[in-house]
Amino acid sequence: MLEVLFIGLSLGSILLLVALGLAITYGAMGVINMAHGEMVMVGAYVTVLSGLWLGTNIFVAIPLAFIVTALLGLLIERVVVRKLYGRLLDTLLATWGIAILIQQAVRLEFGLSFLGIHIQGLGPGLQNVSVPEILQGTLRIAGADINRYRAFIIVVTAILALATWFVIYRTVAGTQVRAIIRNPKMAAACGIDVTRVNALTFAFGSGLAGVAGVMMSGFKTVFPDMGTPMVVDGFLVVVMGGVGSLLGSVFSAGILGEINGLVAAATNDILARAVVFGVVIAIIVLKPKGLFALKGR
Amino acid sequence: MAVDRRKFLKSGALAGGALITSPWVFSTGAKAAGEIKVGVLFSLTGGLSIIEKSLHDATMMAISEINAGGGVKGMKITAVAEDGASDPKTYNEKASKLVIQDRVPTVFGSYTSASRKAVLPVFEKRNNLYFYPTYYEGFECSKNVVYTGAVPNQQLSNFIPWIIKTLGKKKFFIVGSNYIYPREMAKVSKILIEKNGGEWIADEYLELGHSEWGSMVNKIKSSGCDVVLSNVVGDSVVAFYREYKNQGLTHDKLPICATVTSEIEIAAMGAEYAVGSFTSFPYFQAIDTDRNKAFIERYRAFVKDPKAVTHHALESSYFQVFLWKQAVEKAAEISPTAIREAVKGQEFDAPNGHVKIEPENLHTYLTPRIAQWLPDGQGKIIDAYKEPVMPLPYVAYGETPTNLFCTGKGLDAAKLKT
Repeated sequence: MLEVLFIGLSLGSILLLVALGLAITYGAMGVINMAHGEMVMVGAYVTVLSGLWLGTNIFVAIPLAFIVTALLGLLIERVVVRKLYGRLLDTLLATWGIAILIQQAVRLEFGLSFLGIHIQGLGPGLQNVSVPEILQGTLRIAGADINRYRAFIIVVTAILALATWFVIYRTVAGTQVRAIIRNPKMAAACGIDVTRVNALTFAFGSGLAGVAGVMMSGFKTVFPDMGTPMVVDGFLVVVMGGVGSLLGSVFSAGILGEINGLVAAATNDILARAVVFGVVIAIIVLKPKGLFALKGR
Repeated sequence: MAVDRRKFLKSGALAGGALITSPWVFSTGAKAAGEIKVGVLFSLTGGLSIIEKSLHDATMMAISEINAGGGVKGMKITAVAEDGASDPKTYNEKASKLVIQDRVPTVFGSYTSASRKAVLPVFEKRNNLYFYPTYYEGFECSKNVVYTGAVPNQQLSNFIPWIIKTLGKKKFFIVGSNYIYPREMAKVSKILIEKNGGEWIADEYLELGHSEWGSMVNKIKSSGCDVVLSNVVGDSVVAFYREYKNQGLTHDKLPICATVTSEIEIAAMGAEYAVGSFTSFPYFQAIDTDRNKAFIERYRAFVKDPKAVTHHALESSYFQVFLWKQAVEKAAEISPTAIREAVKGQEFDAPNGHVKIEPENLHTYLTPRIAQWLPDGQGKIIDAYKEPVMPLPYVAYGETPTNLFCTGKGLDAAKLKT
């Protein structure tokens, strides 16, 4: 039973890992970022490439992927998203286009494959990341075999969630972000540089996606399409938790993960997935603003 | 001028005739020009291109080898290559283009069953011929398709008895991706398991492309099974083997015996996750014969990649072109019908060994083999059938070599019901 609960917790942590970045870009900034999954993919490729070219392991890839995807996020915000604030559907279409561009850039090795040049680690093929020995196999805790890599993901997710909470609720920049969530115009009137804060927030959300990519690369195969299905799960978590609420995302990821784990253990994985979707639909019907909605005046 | 005009009228009449009969009258024109056109239809773009590009390359290599050896009946083979783009609808359009516009008498193509099903109506309606190189679930009987990959009985008929008798494992946990191929494979497995005195304790599926294996592997662990039979497909395979090791399961105690895990998937997951597990296929890169080694050498030179891996569907893509060549040489004329009649019973020494087209169902005799995966990502062949096994596409429904459901006359639907 402990193992089943642990798997549920692990499923929840993976959901939260992807959703954290979305909770910020969608929840805080109102941008439906369809390219979020591609940020995860880029993070995974950073792990592959740093392993191939620098010979470094997954631990080094975490800060590296954060920096690379944050910079990419900054670029996307500066070039495209900035012009679309407040136009929800337009952000959806524009970022979807960006998602396709990023996917193809990786698949075609930035276009070099047309010239017959190949970069090891890119291209349409499946890549893999070797996991350090210390994260393979199991740990025995209280009579249950705990999967080390999954335990590692839970720890990293917890650290990231705490760091995000700290940044948003305990720093000056975070206060400015929350002010912008409530009312961008009033925030600007109070002297907050809205464009600058928005750009940094978007970069931070993208960086979190990059770290999620590093964690994913350890137990999935890495390929250009890998991010697309994840973004759907991410949105489920954010919408169910309540847009703009970090705590809501944490809770909904935990609840969905445990439901998935328990139903899968009792019946099968296909039914478990259906039940998860059913729960999300029920919650959206009963509480349209999600579990932890911001109370506006 | 007058001659030209007469020619024009003649071909006009032929075109008129073609509308009523079939467009194959035109292929005599292709013959005169000293070339014979064939279609090659695989996905060169999209998600499936990783594997299908290798099938395309193997087909092209066979064609260039035949041309280098003097062609067919003194004619050069010209390949008209099209891109299926990993999309069944595109497959259908490209197949129509090859058959109607290019008027090829044969097309080599497809990897997935979905793409084969999508082009099938084109070939049946136009009475053309399709060569399909991939192992598949069976349950198909078309007189317009020549199947050169394994059907379930050729992957499982030695595998299951071997697991039970040689490995001594009796309790099976069957796991697969949730679509037709794994489900048909599971059906055949159950028949064979029960026949050989084993039992299956679970038959579970995960969505195709889904890679969250935590719950399933935990279930396998607590199920009390002593062997796992995997029909998992695609990149899911990678996540499955990784989770398996990470939950502390080992292949020496609880081995995964797989029907889809090939050299390609092993390379994608990192060989250390698969060491000690088993796979059943008619072909492995590790087959230790001079013919196979020379084949791998030529393939690597052809694709200019010294590390390229070869696998079952790739090898079938290669040898099926030679079977086709022999059929064309035997056929009286170059038309799909004549080639089909001539391909029946054709034999060839392929890299995997001797292959032969079964005259009744147009499937191929292949030699089932079992390999255990080594740390270098190659299989070590530990068991092989003595001779090629007869293909039985309806084995899950009771088909036996003496009671064929699919014959030259088509499918006997009455037998399927009973």
